[in-house]
Amino acid sequence: MVALAERLQARRSRFEFVFDRPRVLGTLFLAPAIIYVLALVGVPFLLAVYYSLSAYTVYNPSYHFVGLQNFIDVINSGVFRRTLANTFIFTFGSQILGLILGKFGALLLLRPFPGRKIVRALIILPWVVPIALATVAWEWMFDSLYSVINWTLIALGIVTRTDAPNWLVDPGLAMLSVIVVNAWRFFPFAIVIFLAGITAIPQDVIDAATVDGAGFWRRNYQIILPMIMPIVVVGLVFGLVFTFTDLSIVYLLTNGGPVNATSVLGFEGFQVGIISGDVAHGAAISLFMLPVLFILVIVMLRFIRRQEI
Amino acid sequence: MATVTATEITKKFGDVSAIDGVSLSVADGEFLVLLGPSGCGKTTFLRIIAGLEKQTAGDIAIDGMVVNDLPPRARGIAMMFQTYGLYPHYTVRDNIAFPLKTQRVPKDEIRTKVAWASALLGIEHLLDRRPRQLSGGERQRVALARALVREPTALLLDEPLSNLDAKLRSSARNEIKQFQQRVGTTTIYVTHDQVEAMGMGDRIAVIDHGRVRQIGTPASIYDDPADRFVATFVGTPPMNLIDWNGGHLGFRPEDFLPREMIENGEVTEFSFFIERSEYLGSERIVYGRLEGRSAAQEITAKLPPAHVPLAAIRPGEWHPFAVRNDALRYFDQSGVRRRQS
Ligand SMILES: Nc1ncnc2c1ncn2[C@@H]1O[C@H](COP(=O)(O)OP(=O)(O)O)[C@@H](O)[C@H]1O
Ligand SMILES: [Mg+2]
Repeated sequence: MVALAERLQARRSRFEFVFDRPRVLGTLFLAPAIIYVLALVGVPFLLAVYYSLSAYTVYNPSYHFVGLQNFIDVINSGVFRRTLANTFIFTFGSQILGLILGKFGALLLLRPFPGRKIVRALIILPWVVPIALATVAWEWMFDSLYSVINWTLIALGIVTRTDAPNWLVDPGLAMLSVIVVNAWRFFPFAIVIFLAGITAIPQDVIDAATVDGAGFWRRNYQIILPMIMPIVVVGLVFGLVFTFTDLSIVYLLTNGGPVNATSVLGFEGFQVGIISGDVAHGAAISLFMLPVLFILVIVMLRFIRRQEI
Repeated sequence: MATVTATEITKKFGDVSAIDGVSLSVADGEFLVLLGPSGCGKTTFLRIIAGLEKQTAGDIAIDGMVVNDLPPRARGIAMMFQTYGLYPHYTVRDNIAFPLKTQRVPKDEIRTKVAWASALLGIEHLLDRRPRQLSGGERQRVALARALVREPTALLLDEPLSNLDAKLRSSARNEIKQFQQRVGTTTIYVTHDQVEAMGMGDRIAVIDHGRVRQIGTPASIYDDPADRFVATFVGTPPMNLIDWNGGHLGFRPEDFLPREMIENGEVTEFSFFIERSEYLGSERIVYGRLEGRSAAQEITAKLPPAHVPLAAIRPGEWHPFAVRNDALRYFDQSGVRRRQS
């Protein structure tokens, strides 16, 4: 015994088990993430705050401090208020549509049918196709002359050639179009989320509900949906944050038009700050996302905590 | 309350036959136990009765009416699942109320019935908790309350005690049995535990590989096993079997006694080589082999410890043992019971 203890003592150097200490190893593993966040999120964010409080433009790069003047200008602008409203319509519209499509897609994909594996693989496509490519395809589908959508509607006798909808020109329809494209891009993600949630429910719970007399709708809305709510909310937070900050679809499909009818925050900030060179006002516009996203995330996370089962 | 009858039920999963021609009928208010090893098709059979699974062939009838094409909710059957299947997002109260809500029972009637069911199982103090805040035994009671609250035509229980620890299991066993007698619901109880089956069943159906091997009272299953499978599956330690005239001769360990302990009646004698013995308090289990038999064929004897002349039963020695002839059971080559050798 004594000999053994001495041998262990002799071998033990101060640093021999340094990686067994949670603090050392934890710090080491967290460091890349923290450095990444600080460098690529923290610095640009502080820079944006700084610009938004200055009178900085590309043509007159002065760091002259103007206080909250930029924010006041922005709020007083009709275009901005329109943009803010658009952003909410665009975000919630496409998320709700995406969730509905996702729920039904997941239900269909849960049933066994021939070729299910191929369909499951294909359904991911909207998500992996580069958004620029997909949007060009959609632009063609919405095109006033060559629109396949209109062509189909006319062929089915639902509309006539003369009053066929002008998708990207009519303000309301243009908003609907960007919502549809974004929902189309988002719904595979929603399907994956729903499938993950539903397959994690123990079969005994679903069978119990069936034996207890629940039909299809009751099973879905009183048992399955509440049980997968936490994971759906997490997916929804991601979708909302990404959509709220997104500008690619609007930029590619409508360029904010017609007459700002589809302009959203990310797009407007980019237009004002980068294209027009008014960096200070562009930064102020973009910073309006922050409180909205912050409240959104807090509300959702609190909801999850309450729902926790 | 009702009778449940299964006629020639077959269920195939692809090429695999999970149920292979099962016929049985459960009388009104009866407690029938389905006993069989894991994977023999017990759960599948319950699911077919409940309507969760469609049989490949055969009929299920409730109160004489064939219900093959009725969905689960039209059959009025309650089922308690092996993992209970409680709804995690509902309180205990809402869990118990769920089967009533699906039938659109009026609100105050729901309240009365939930109170009745929870009082019956002694879980009134748990009504506002959620399933994850309950112990295993409490979950089992909640599941039982949920199954009983709508007074089902029949109650199906799938290994309800398998998730409980040994002590809780024996008290829960008594409770379920008493409770079933009080309520009088026709019950089919599935288990792989022969102690549960023997203690609870009015009748036992022993199942193996999707087939009923024998149906009968616990006593008839134990004393008159229909074949070698039933003989060795029921009883601990299992019935001793030795090769005999091309078939097998069987006798229970408690019938295999030192020669001097059997005073009258015709007996068959064996010379028994004692290898080791275990003292279990209420009994002593002696392991060994018979003269002229392969050493691989281990024979056990179960002796009442107080009456054994211990000096005579020593490991490493031979001792004359015997079985009363009326305790001998003969099985032919295929394992089927024969009335004589
Ligand atoms: N859904 C299924 N698909 C394929 N095989 C199944 C399915 N359900 C059960 N089985 C098979 O049927 C047999 C009986 O299963 P089960 O009824 O669960 O047995 P037990 O409940 O007696 O343990 C097993 O061999 C099992 O693998
Ligand atoms: Mg089972």
